[in-house]
Amino acid sequence: MKRFVFALRLLARDWRAGEMRVLAAALVIAVASMTSVGFFTDRIRVAMQQQTGELLGADLVLLSTAAPPATWSAQAQAHNLRSVQTLSFPSVVLAGERTQLMEVKAVSSGYPLRGVLRVALSGYGAEQPTDSIPEVGTVWLDARALNALGLVVGDTLQLGALDIRVTKVLAYEPDRGGDFFSIAPRLMMNSADVPRTGLLGPGSRVSYRLLLAGRRDALQALRNKLEPSLEAGQRFLDASDARPELKSALERAQRFLGLAALVSVILAGVAVASATRRYVARHLDSSALMRCFGATQNQITLLFGLQMLVLGLVASLVGCAIGYAAQEVLARLLAGIISGKLPAPSAWPVLVGVLTGLITLAGFSLPSLLRLKSVPPQRVLRRDMGPLPSRSITLYGAALGAMAVLLVWQAGDTTLAVYVIGGVVAALLVLALSAYLLVRALGVLRGRVGVAWRYGMANIARRSSASVAQVVAFGIGIMLLLLLSLVRGDLLSAWERTLPPDAPNQFLINILPEQVQAVQQFLNERLQDGAATHPAPVLHPMVRARLTAINGREVLPVDYADDHAKRLMEREFNLSWGDTLQADNLIVAGQWWGSAGRGRPELSVEKGLAATLGLRLGDELTYRIADRELRARITSLRTVSWDSFRANFFVLTPPGVLEDYPATYITSFYLPPTTRDLLGALVRTFPNVTIIDVDAMMTRVRSIMQRVNLSVQYVFLFTLLAGLTVMYAAIQSTRDERVHESALLRTLGASRRQLLQGLAAEFMILGLLAGLLASFAATLAGYVIAKQVFHFDYAFDLQLWLVGTLGGALCIGFFGVWGTRFILHQPPLQVLREL
Amino acid sequence: MVQAQNVSKQVDSPEGPLLLLDDIDLSIVAGEAVAIVGASGSGKSTLLGLLAGLDMPTDGGVSLDGIALNTLDEDGRARLRAGRVGFVFQSFQLLPGLTALENVMLPLELAGHAAPAAAARAVLEQVGLDVRRHHYPNQLSGGEQQRVAIARAFVASPKILFADEPTGSLDQATGQRVIEMLFALNREHRTTLVLVTHDEDVAHYCHRSLRLASGRLLLPSAQALGAGA
Repeated sequence: MKRFVFALRLLARDWRAGEMRVLAAALVIAVASMTSVGFFTDRIRVAMQQQTGELLGADLVLLSTAAPPATWSAQAQAHNLRSVQTLSFPSVVLAGERTQLMEVKAVSSGYPLRGVLRVALSGYGAEQPTDSIPEVGTVWLDARALNALGLVVGDTLQLGALDIRVTKVLAYEPDRGGDFFSIAPRLMMNSADVPRTGLLGPGSRVSYRLLLAGRRDALQALRNKLEPSLEAGQRFLDASDARPELKSALERAQRFLGLAALVSVILAGVAVASATRRYVARHLDSSALMRCFGATQNQITLLFGLQMLVLGLVASLVGCAIGYAAQEVLARLLAGIISGKLPAPSAWPVLVGVLTGLITLAGFSLPSLLRLKSVPPQRVLRRDMGPLPSRSITLYGAALGAMAVLLVWQAGDTTLAVYVIGGVVAALLVLALSAYLLVRALGVLRGRVGVAWRYGMANIARRSSASVAQVVAFGIGIMLLLLLSLVRGDLLSAWERTLPPDAPNQFLINILPEQVQAVQQFLNERLQDGAATHPAPVLHPMVRARLTAINGREVLPVDYADDHAKRLMEREFNLSWGDTLQADNLIVAGQWWGSAGRGRPELSVEKGLAATLGLRLGDELTYRIADRELRARITSLRTVSWDSFRANFFVLTPPGVLEDYPATYITSFYLPPTTRDLLGALVRTFPNVTIIDVDAMMTRVRSIMQRVNLSVQYVFLFTLLAGLTVMYAAIQSTRDERVHESALLRTLGASRRQLLQGLAAEFMILGLLAGLLASFAATLAGYVIAKQVFHFDYAFDLQLWLVGTLGGALCIGFFGVWGTRFILHQPPLQVLREL
Repeated sequence: MVQAQNVSKQVDSPEGPLLLLDDIDLSIVAGEAVAIVGASGSGKSTLLGLLAGLDMPTDGGVSLDGIALNTLDEDGRARLRAGRVGFVFQSFQLLPGLTALENVMLPLELAGHAAPAAAARAVLEQVGLDVRRHHYPNQLSGGEQQRVAIARAFVASPKILFADEPTGSLDQATGQRVIEMLFALNREHRTTLVLVTHDEDVAHYCHRSLRLASGRLLLPSAQALGAGA
């Protein structure tokens, strides 16, 4: 306890004397940038989960094929969750002469819990958001339903035993995206009207949904409570069950944010390392003196260790507070762009912040700090005696260890972390070696430049190991900044390019085989006027089949532990056939049959599905199609780019295998906004064909992506700040020496101008070297990340090299002079006395 | 109190091994004040470092307060010094981040003393610097800094005090005052004093002088061992 109090006292004294401020500032800024990213990404993450939740109309949905027990709602209420129940069933609707099978959805007040309904007053008319639901005695229809039934708003239709008036056109329904391939035109009604329709008889195919929204922990608690008692036909549905293309967008978004956060962490570490270097250099005397006065090595370690621990804790907490404030400002800035309010962050980032602060401090400062205990006490008599320099392996090993822990933890993605660490380590080695060579090379130039440049170069060469360290520190800073701008720019735009603005926005399903030619012709003719540049839509056959056996062994949903696999097994697969592989498909194992495969009982399975169901190349699958069986062997595995929004299939066969089975056709195409009247004509010409308008869905997906892009940019701002801190800390680490030298030079008659020029020359050269090396390293790392993590091609970017080298020289030059500027305004005697 | 037997110190230099001290024998009894004098480079400070256990000899042995230093490791020697040995340095060696009072408190705090501030103030008062106790080293003159250093040396009431050119950085008048203060405190605390100096006037304050030249003691060994005192 006494030791602790003493350590605290020493800390207070050091603090008062300004000894700890740079180190603390580095740590505070590090943790602040970390937690502002942490808090902000936490909110964005929650928001994005709610966005995905928007596709469910809730945060969590409890599905049931029978009327759910009333206790469920009560339980939800007990958990402080909002809940609302919906039910849907298919039913034929009558309007005068016309009939149409519709997907009826009955909702009650409060629906939806996430997202908003959008309505219009006429089919395909101007949309408006609304927070109401159909009033009792009225229904809302989607435009397709109106078209199919030849109705306009104000007309009446017959639903079961009920005559009911259409009051609005339903334009957007958030939770319709959940499984939109199965839906018929929509009729939305008030659930109070359902009993009067008389449609909910015993055999009716009703599906009930209990929509839930609220705090994540409460949702999880409710789920944990109810899950064990669920019966067949009852299950939970959450954000992770959203459509695969949205899921992959969300995953990528998290990676981008994770990467941005990682960069702050690494920069923070570098700043802490620089600041510690200076701290240790300034405490060699104290340590020697204390050794001289009888302090043991353990006492010294404990003393400085305790100081660091306390400093780390306090700085981390301050950093958290600043981080919280900073993210609040950010959220406010973004309030106009992000629709709705961002949810409050969880407390998690505080813990993350403090732990990050301590781990960073430990990894980046402990090895240097431990040198203090091995200062020979003789230093009090001979100042030139210092401790042995830390072994590089200890220094970098500890830093890398801390970095690895933080990266894996932050990114939640080992692959990404490994690449970042690999990139940084490789860059470190290359930077150190190249920096050494460049510093050596400067000697050759010295004779050929003016006095200021010569002084600057002399400084770099004389302090060659410090210069190499600085070039490496600056280099890492610049490299990470470049890497991130590179990620933000090149990689992000490459990512957005995978979702072209003319991606298909309409799906036609339930096309009968005899209609294929007519539909094809219709689309070719009608689409040619408006969009001649787009390829003609391809109609894909589709056969519904149930997987019953693998390698002759019967399989049931219960055979799978994985929920996702269970659900896949519960429903029917859409099989299709073809002899040419779609452009967005890629064979990753086995061989594509091509035109030679006709008639062969072979299968090509999507890789993700194969992994989920445990299917391997060569497995023989048995499908039940209607009342017949199909046996075929897996001869290839494919990856599918679901982001393309084109019609794609999990399982394909060669032509000549499925033609005898009952099939329908599916197609997708891009419909320009100017030719939307085509939909009405399509409905009238082919009334049985189901049209799915994914335009609205697409807009949502794109807006989510834009939001991600924005958040990465804002996160990047903080990383930039962290980068500048590194530079400042690195400058500070040699500040004493510089100040001393400058004072000496002034004593010898150097003018302020000469000093300034010398400093500027030195820092600009350091910056130039660092920028040069950083550009190289960033290009390399960007290439690797693009290739390995995001699977994009990375284009060489000349701009990056210009920004890296010139920006490096100017920024480091400016900050270097700025960091040391005060020596120019002080009388040399005072400076000399202070040291 | 301090004994050295056949002490030699050799270091490696670019030109080969360099003998800094050669076969030194000496003995200093409790309460004695001994000056080690010699020209620059004669090995005075090296000898002081060895006697105080800050470094170890290549050959021979040193014992401090009856304990052979070569039986102790680094930390053992540190523990031996704690509370028992005081130092005054030519370059004062005050910690720039600590005030005068805090500098004086430091040895007491390291030794886990119960009320370091009161004891430190008392000694600061003795050296006439109580009013400046909250000043930082760079706000004090050289003489004042050395007085703080002397206060720090005596605050833990050490049995033995090692002083390395205590007036080396001061002008003559200031040096004179500092030396008088040092010896006054020495008498009062009955401390054994080992003082390294190249200044014969300073050496005259001591009971006897040991003269070093090129790493060897010039005086007869009987005197070096204390018999002539």
